[in-house]
Amino acid sequence: MNLDARIPSGPIAEKWNRAKFELKLVNPANKRKYSVIVVGSGLAGGAAAATLAELGYNVACFCFQDTPRRAHSIAAQGGINAAKNYQNDGDSIHRLFYDTVKGGDFRAREANVHRLAEVSVDIIDQCVAQGVPFAREYGGTLANRSFGGAQVSRTFYARGQTGQQLLIGVYQALARQIAAGKVTMFNRTEMLDVVTVDGRAAGIVVRDLVTGKIESHSAHAVILATGGYGNVFYLSTNAMGSNVTATYRAYKRGAAFANPCYTQIHPTCIPVSGDYQSKLTLMSESLRNDGRIWVPKKAEDVAKASKDPASIPDEDRDYYLERKYPSYGNLSPRDIASRAAKEACDDGRGVGPGGRGVYLDFRDAIKRDSQAKIAEKYGNLFDMYARITGENPYRQPMRIYPAVHYTMGGLWVDYHLQSTIPGMFVLGEANFSDHGANRLGASALMQGLADGYFIISYTLGHYLAGINAATGKVGTDHPEFKRVEADVKGRVDKLMSIGAKGKRTVDSFHKALGNIMWEKCGMARTKEGLTEALKAIPALREEFWQDVKVLGERETFNQSLEKAGRVADFLEFAELMCQDALEREESCGGHFRTEYQEAGEAKRDDDRFCHVAAWEYQGEDKKPVRHVEPLTFETVKLATRSYK
Amino acid sequence: MSDMNLTLHIWRQAKGTAAGAMKTYQVKGISEHASFLEMLDVLNEQLQEKGEEPVAFDSDCREGICGMCSLVINGRPHGPDAGTTTCQLHMRRFKNGDEIYVEPFRAGAFPVVRDLCVDRKAFDDIVAAGGYVTANVGSAPDANAVPIPKEQADRAFDAAACIGCGACVAACPNSSAMLFTAAKVAHLAHLPQGQPERLRRVKAMVTAMDAAGFGNCSNHYECEAACPKGISKDYIALMNRDYAKSVFVAKDAKAGSDGAG
Repeated sequence: MNLDARIPSGPIAEKWNRAKFELKLVNPANKRKYSVIVVGSGLAGGAAAATLAELGYNVACFCFQDTPRRAHSIAAQGGINAAKNYQNDGDSIHRLFYDTVKGGDFRAREANVHRLAEVSVDIIDQCVAQGVPFAREYGGTLANRSFGGAQVSRTFYARGQTGQQLLIGVYQALARQIAAGKVTMFNRTEMLDVVTVDGRAAGIVVRDLVTGKIESHSAHAVILATGGYGNVFYLSTNAMGSNVTATYRAYKRGAAFANPCYTQIHPTCIPVSGDYQSKLTLMSESLRNDGRIWVPKKAEDVAKASKDPASIPDEDRDYYLERKYPSYGNLSPRDIASRAAKEACDDGRGVGPGGRGVYLDFRDAIKRDSQAKIAEKYGNLFDMYARITGENPYRQPMRIYPAVHYTMGGLWVDYHLQSTIPGMFVLGEANFSDHGANRLGASALMQGLADGYFIISYTLGHYLAGINAATGKVGTDHPEFKRVEADVKGRVDKLMSIGAKGKRTVDSFHKALGNIMWEKCGMARTKEGLTEALKAIPALREEFWQDVKVLGERETFNQSLEKAGRVADFLEFAELMCQDALEREESCGGHFRTEYQEAGEAKRDDDRFCHVAAWEYQGEDKKPVRHVEPLTFETVKLATRSYK
Repeated sequence: MSDMNLTLHIWRQAKGTAAGAMKTYQVKGISEHASFLEMLDVLNEQLQEKGEEPVAFDSDCREGICGMCSLVINGRPHGPDAGTTTCQLHMRRFKNGDEIYVEPFRAGAFPVVRDLCVDRKAFDDIVAAGGYVTANVGSAPDANAVPIPKEQADRAFDAAACIGCGACVAACPNSSAMLFTAAKVAHLAHLPQGQPERLRRVKAMVTAMDAAGFGNCSNHYECEAACPKGISKDYIALMNRDYAKSVFVAKDAKAGSDGAG
């Protein structure tokens, strides 16, 4: 497998400029002769579809929701980073680049990260031009706030709904191209497979979720922007529909999957309240600026603390982040804060139902600043918390617990964002490239828009320039399309025929898989646990294919069938994740192997694992092959992260 | 903190062209901490165990921002709580033994897809008609080049907070989409970037709204009461003003955009 990252030569700060000049162009009159498929309509996919259509390409864009405006990018709260240095506080492209490489625990590709930092400034300009109502100062200039992992204020935001506002900007640009006839939009349509002809991406096979019809679409190139796979854990902060199917199907057709074990667990989410729970809700990281995190010092105080937290005097509280990381305290990075919460609960000191919760207490902040001040800062979050839990966080501390939030792993891409299948490009959370083993807050929105607005237009043009417009597109009547369509239909038929007799619901399997993954491949992983998971997952998968219950018919709007297909893919993908976690014998960022630590902190092994692990599919029931792309750090010096 | 047993009357409709009817179900053991949609998840598990097809309903983010969830609950879009989407409505709002009526968002322009799911593509058509700023990638000036007073940016945000769920249409006796359309018009009308296309935009959007089959506004303001994001009816007045202006001024608006608001 060829893992040439095609990184341009030259000094890091000149690589992207050089690439932009060296990349081939498609003449404006010829662009209309090319067609491109974009799967996904979030920040990455929607931006790519709109931008490519603006340039003149013919775009077909697909989303499984009822309209492209609902993609999960919409749920991002905090903000978007950009190296504008509007605050005059010492920010620069180089600093954003540096912070991102370090925040990712030295497991990202330097050249990609530098380019991301470079285009970050253009993103803000573009969004403002589209009418995104970012927060502003009274003088009319843009406001900023700070986020974890940075010493500067470089985060642009629109109240607690930055993702929503950026996505609406993307959606409006997309809508304009739909009206102009340059984008054909396919709502409620799910991609179920990729078609390759002569080793190149030739198109996709989809299911119309309303009619149930299986159809093919062909194009000169295919872009996947289908988000992350956090729902492999069943409970996560992801939307209900977020899934791995598109990227996993691409993997099975030859695209390498990189670093699947890199998952981000966010420390401040509302804890699980019962087995009916369908998803978890994030409480913004910004709350840790004023809230203090604690559990009782003694396990015997747990019942009392759960009933009446105020009855526990300060000397009996363990403000464990302040104790363990005095210089960062409650604002320790996400991975560290999450693990510390788990430790406290494993120690029998967790509060609330089931003992899986810690307190995020605003008592001292309210005493210091007044309730009105705190309400002004966090009112919408406090309201959301009260709505979900029925508790008043002004009177009693919030109960929080870590939850799966983001996945840094994804399909392997080179500097052009092209996967190992020529002609298939992967953008946004669906690729692996920019965040290494841990993503910094407010960087996901940045990456999605960077890929979609500013990078793919150059690199895709270069690819298309090398393809003959007339002969380079295969029709959907090509035998390979028919073969893949038959595969997809066969799989749907199999689910329906087992489903008619099966006894166990799709959700029940999904929950069981989620339990395995959370216990064995969650916040702390061990060789023993991962080995157990690698036995338990195939057993569960086998049961799924014998006993899953899917009612209804194939050619109708059938939500059980949709879910069954997604869970079937999660049941295979989970194994790949565990395999990757098992073979990465080090701790880095979000990947914490209990065996590899030093005084309770993650211990990287740069001699053996300073590389990307890219997995190549080998066929049903065969172990995939682990390829390696070495990472070299020429600009940022490899160093151990310390937050003490 | 006791679990609830409920009687649900739910609209079932196999597909858009089929006839639908209310069906009654009993659901047991619902926690007061569950959300309304999680209660329906529990019902669906129970139905499937009995060999009955689950109730189809839309949802995605389940945190009140994507706008995918809908439902008319006991006659009110998104249920009894003000400023709350169905996915954020929790069962502690109900009590053991309650009867709950659950129906889709009903409007001629929102055809039923199945059971409680409707097709809201008409909203996409309204936005595509002009609900954007024409600003190709690459052409933007520096983001701070045009200062925008904070109050103005805040007002634009208030309008832009619309999640496109369609509750306003479902609540309106005329199935009017005036609040939805006005929110987009007002979002962009409050920003300097939105000025060049302001009148052309309002004219095209209102025309598309009419063409999609939405009704007119007759000042009931049920839309504002049902809106989970608190979008103000005042934007409708702004839209009407701009529309009136556009009829006289925007001679170059797109062909066929002479519909009445």
